[in-house]
Amino acid sequence: MESTELKLYTAKDFKSDQYVRWCPACGDYAILNVLQKVMAELGVSPTKTAVISGIGCSSRLPYYISGYGFHTIHGRGAAVATGVKVANPELTVWQITGDGDCLAIGGNHFIHSVRKNIDINVLLFNNQIYGLTKGQFSPTTKKGYVTKSSPFGTVEMPFRPGEITLGARGTFFGRLLDVDLKSSQMTMLAAANHKGTSVVECLVNCIIFNDGAHSWLSEKASREDRIIVLEHGKKMIFGKDRNKGLVLDGFNLKVVTIGEDGITEDDILTHDAKCQDPTLQLKLIYMEAPEFPIALGVIRDVDADTFNDGIVNQIAEEQEKSKIKTFDDLIDSLEQWEM
Amino acid sequence: MENKNKTERESVVIRFTGDSGDGMQLTGTLFSNLSAILGNEISTFPDFPSEIRAPQGTLGGVSGFQVHLGAGKIYTPGDDADVMVAMNPAALKVNAKGIKKHGVLIFDADCFGKSDLDKANFNTENPFEELGLSETIQLIPVPLSSMTQESLKGFELDLKSIMRSKNMFALGLICWLFNRPIDQATHFLKTKFGKKQNILQANLKVLTDGFNYGNNLHLSVSTYLVDKSEETPKGKYTIINGNKATAWGLIAAAKKAGLELFLGSYPITPATDIMQELAARKDMGVKVIQAEDEIAGITTALGASFAGALAATSTSGPGLALKSEAIGLAVMAELPLVIVDVMRGGPSTGLPTKTEQTDLFQALYGRNGESPAVVISASTPANCFHYAYASSKIALEHMTPVILLTDAFIGNGTSLWKLPKLAELDPINPNYVKPGMEDVKVVSRDPETLVRYWSVPGMAGFEHRNGGLEKDYETGSISSDPENHQKMVDARQAKIDYIANVIPELVVEGNPDADLLVIGWGSTHGHLITAINKLNDEGNKVALAHFNYINPLPKNTSEVIKKYKKVVVCELNSGQFATYLRSKVPGEYLQYNKVQGQPFTANELEEHISSLLK
Repeated sequence: MESTELKLYTAKDFKSDQYVRWCPACGDYAILNVLQKVMAELGVSPTKTAVISGIGCSSRLPYYISGYGFHTIHGRGAAVATGVKVANPELTVWQITGDGDCLAIGGNHFIHSVRKNIDINVLLFNNQIYGLTKGQFSPTTKKGYVTKSSPFGTVEMPFRPGEITLGARGTFFGRLLDVDLKSSQMTMLAAANHKGTSVVECLVNCIIFNDGAHSWLSEKASREDRIIVLEHGKKMIFGKDRNKGLVLDGFNLKVVTIGEDGITEDDILTHDAKCQDPTLQLKLIYMEAPEFPIALGVIRDVDADTFNDGIVNQIAEEQEKSKIKTFDDLIDSLEQWEM
Repeated sequence: MENKNKTERESVVIRFTGDSGDGMQLTGTLFSNLSAILGNEISTFPDFPSEIRAPQGTLGGVSGFQVHLGAGKIYTPGDDADVMVAMNPAALKVNAKGIKKHGVLIFDADCFGKSDLDKANFNTENPFEELGLSETIQLIPVPLSSMTQESLKGFELDLKSIMRSKNMFALGLICWLFNRPIDQATHFLKTKFGKKQNILQANLKVLTDGFNYGNNLHLSVSTYLVDKSEETPKGKYTIINGNKATAWGLIAAAKKAGLELFLGSYPITPATDIMQELAARKDMGVKVIQAEDEIAGITTALGASFAGALAATSTSGPGLALKSEAIGLAVMAELPLVIVDVMRGGPSTGLPTKTEQTDLFQALYGRNGESPAVVISASTPANCFHYAYASSKIALEHMTPVILLTDAFIGNGTSLWKLPKLAELDPINPNYVKPGMEDVKVVSRDPETLVRYWSVPGMAGFEHRNGGLEKDYETGSISSDPENHQKMVDARQAKIDYIANVIPELVVEGNPDADLLVIGWGSTHGHLITAINKLNDEGNKVALAHFNYINPLPKNTSEVIKKYKKVVVCELNSGQFATYLRSKVPGEYLQYNKVQGQPFTANELEEHISSLLK
């Protein structure tokens, strides 16, 4: 739907004066551009926008946004962002992190910020590699993959960020692909509008150390057959000809073609991102090539109380009840005597 | 009721000891509170094991609470006890060395049977002889357990609950011994057990019977009279422990600065009380996050500081180690942050419930890079309030992390606290950006103090990016230029050095005209001044310079130290402050050190200092 209202901001209003220092053709550029567009769309001023990051290639992002930014230390962005939001709930807080920053060194902070449901928007740049340290495997690198620190291939299973998010009782999980602009914008905007921790896994290409990690789905010619963009309330239909869809076959998902074997559009599942039970959402997260399309878009988006509101409300309630209003009242409340 | 045999005393030390389930902390707290209300100066020290409930009657489970009350100024919980209460042989054994010659030992005669003695690893049936005490102390056996059972006949309580009340029998007896009317204790018990009428009535009954037992049996022991203290400045007082005082100091600073207080913390002995105290103060608007770990404790706090709160984190040694990297970020981002380290015995897990001053080096140097931070130490339970307030003021006004060192001794110990009013406290003026300063950069500094200007998210026109990467001195953009890095390193150091201009000068106590200067810092002040006052009263000349401000040092430090022929640094570590002083004010420093998880005793200090006078 086209908005007739005058927009307050344009993407340009969110560009800082800093020169962007990622490698040419890095997938991070695309995410930065989408983010600036989404920030404009959201209509929150740069003054009330705080962008917090840890360490890694993606964590340089706050320097390129014109609002308040804090480039912190490795893995701790989630905790810093938690403090920012709880201390100043009026801010719109973005946390920028990568697969190493978020899921290796910062794993503990990640799961706890998700569990607490702090109202922050997490952009998790997943290129399945350590870029800034020049090419070691990360917690999302596919098993067997050869990197500088796994010269004979890794012997460990990778994390699935969506699975961890839901395992930590996440209330929002979305996924986007650096080269797929339109679905990226839709997903990121939904994340920003969600109240609670919104985790967006951004599939990005590291052109230097892991080029083509997502090539199966990013090739333009075949992309529409290999991705499915999920939106709440919409049919799970995909493909260049919009004739493929997902149905349930027993407990499992299955790809079907509309018009074949008597399948009609009515048989195709309707996506329920608002469903509290995450079972089907998990199955969508699990979908892997080549049997399935990769799920992009808004996979989970459920309502729940946020930690920051909880703290503010509890303080308001206690302040209402308590006779102690000032510091001097507090002192007077002590057992005391004259000497 | 008049007891003819009363001894007047300037001060008395009482130690309550028993199993960690015997309620010794409560008994001790009640007794010290009611003594303070009657006008005594007091100082207390709880000493408990890290095990919550070790097997009953064993040495590992002994818990103690010592209180020193006086008619004059009291600086410490005292060395050895004039009166000790031992609920079982294990308690006696653990504390045997802490009874004064000719002291009084009250013990539960029902709990000194063969099996009790076995549990405490006694080899004979006479534990007093075995410990070499029978000649030197006065034994008062009291059948505490059976008297308590007798007292509670008719109460519908199980044996366990009955036995739990025997500490009240001991308290009643001690109240009689010290001529304390029990109505004040009654008042405290009502506050504590008011909702559980049955338990309250049982406790009151046992307390009264304990008092009457002393009164009626005319125990062959003289009772003590400790007069009101006349040296205490007039005013309203309460008793406070260091952790609570620290928490309240932070609250006061936030109120004074007009900021919200934020604490990010993780439970750790002996610092947890600070978090719990602040979590309870929703009425004061305090925001507390019990974080997933120590690192999140400090990083949530740093996020809150970035967002404009007075932010703090509380921890003990192992936690401070985990926070190092984030303190470095606070140094680099030049954000205000208070880090409270309630020191305990280390390294590693060490002695979690015991006291030490061994984190000084960690506080001063435990970070990567050139990373100067302010280090301050409190020296009494009550002045934890003042130094938490001062730490907050310096953090906010000088845009720096401040590490406040307290320890298990003053964190858990209590002393009298003269109640403050917010209006009487020093103003706190953070170095905010001002309208018209829109071209200010994240690194722009006040030309004199070198403090950068603080703008927080939500302030229009001051949007900026901060972070852990080195910044250009002029523009604030990230920079790895060699000369610029040097300039920034120097500026961050000079900013901390400048703080020497705003902190109080070092004061010399004792006899300033002495040849011998004793130096201490932090929680040892009470023991040091007690020892030194005694030596000076005996005609010696000893001076004391006690430090609360460690980094930067007070401006006159060198001037003070150089006046003395002989200088000895006394501290509860292997010489960390002495080493630091040698680097700041080169010279010859003698050392007196102890690393046993226990405070100094005034006696051992007196003995050592006295040996230096020869």
